[in-house]
Amino acid sequence: MTSKKTRRFEDVRPGEALPELAIPITVPLIAGGAIATRDYFAGHHDAEAARALGAPHIFMNILTTSGLVQRYAEGWAGPGARFGALKIKLGAPNYPGDTMTFSGEVSACDADKRSVEITLKGKNSMGNHVTGTVALVLP
Amino acid sequence: MAEQDWMSEVRAMVGREYGRVYAWDEVNAPMIRQWCEMMGVDNPLYTDAAYAATTEHGAIVSPPAMLQAWCLEGLHPNNYPPGSTKENPYEVLRLLESHGFKSVVAVNSDLSFERYVKVGERLYYTTRLDAVGEEKTTALGTGYFVTLVMSFFSDKPTGDEKVGELLFRVFKFRPANVQAAAEAPKAEAVQKIKRPKPGVSDDTRFFWEGAAAGKLLIQRCKCCGTLRHPPGPVCTKCHSFDWDTVEATGAGSIHSFVVMHYPEVPPFDHPNPVGLIELDEGVRLVAGLVGVKRNEIMIGQRVQVEFQSFDDGELTLPLFRPVAP
Repeated sequence: MTSKKTRRFEDVRPGEALPELAIPITVPLIAGGAIATRDYFAGHHDAEAARALGAPHIFMNILTTSGLVQRYAEGWAGPGARFGALKIKLGAPNYPGDTMTFSGEVSACDADKRSVEITLKGKNSMGNHVTGTVALVLP
Repeated sequence: MAEQDWMSEVRAMVGREYGRVYAWDEVNAPMIRQWCEMMGVDNPLYTDAAYAATTEHGAIVSPPAMLQAWCLEGLHPNNYPPGSTKENPYEVLRLLESHGFKSVVAVNSDLSFERYVKVGERLYYTTRLDAVGEEKTTALGTGYFVTLVMSFFSDKPTGDEKVGELLFRVFKFRPANVQAAAEAPKAEAVQKIKRPKPGVSDDTRFFWEGAAAGKLLIQRCKCCGTLRHPPGPVCTKCHSFDWDTVEATGAGSIHSFVVMHYPEVPPFDHPNPVGLIELDEGVRLVAGLVGVKRNEIMIGQRVQVEFQSFDDGELTLPLFRPVAP
């Protein structure tokens, strides 16, 4: 069971900022995240293979990024928020040793659908790893 | 530039639809739990049957961001489960590879969900090759943006139901820097982006050395006493070449400002507010603003200098922070 509350639509305002979330980027997170998303592409778990592809180290796969975006949005909205869409654009890669910090804000509210749109980004030392939007239906 | 002949083969594929690719496993609790563990997702909707029963879903559901993962082939490339299409929905990528565009990065993933899927459901997807862009050169290399649209369904005896869609765009490219990356020291995997350094000349060295010592120095004419900034070799009033410096108090006010919104340039803060500061001594200088929200910056606002060190002490900059009048 959970003690976490889900935000109600009435409690959310456009422009409201989400608290930041810093996620250390590690080899276990990149390699484990790739396998947990059934992505066995060598660049996500084999450093030599990643270098042969032109990268300095293994890099995070997009499905892990999507999972972390879900975590960030859902961690703010609460367990009862329902995802309608999760749209992301990838930028600077996530390599081990870096930290990605999520920030975001409520960019739109639709009272008829009780849906809110969050615009977010995850920034690492090289710039934005991910930018995107999440649509959530709130109770 | 005219496209290579083989690109007509690629162009002819655009719009092609590919048949079903099934998931190896039905939606199941162990794979969901391991996904949540890796992602750090702690919503009990995905792991706690008792809690899930109290929700609108009535039972444990798959985390929505897992949708695509259910249908990936796993360790062996193109090894799809029985019942799947014999076609290769990614044949366009193989074709680009055969022409030297061997590397790939995912660029866009746009997921939309019609409904959540429950434990026990078996998923499949169909694919449409939506677009192949013109040849582009990016920092990574030269290649093509390829867009695929995948529709996800739940396989049901009573009729299949669409559960979501994924627009997936990749950049298939010939890397620009394989050699450089292979020679890079392993410990330096993350190349931290540094602040650009100021161009330092004999005229401006005093200013940057002062900043490094925590002093805001202004050039002063030794003949007539006029202060000047930015620094220069000659007094604009009496044309004397003789000068020294005075240390400013660092107090001033915002004469004007600009906020950089786009493009977002690392490693600067975003948005990036920059002020034209009128020092109480009478000269103006351009400097970053700190400790103020973009919509709260006001002309005339009192500010005080503070020195911040960047890139492990390689650079010290005077920045200005609003203070009470």
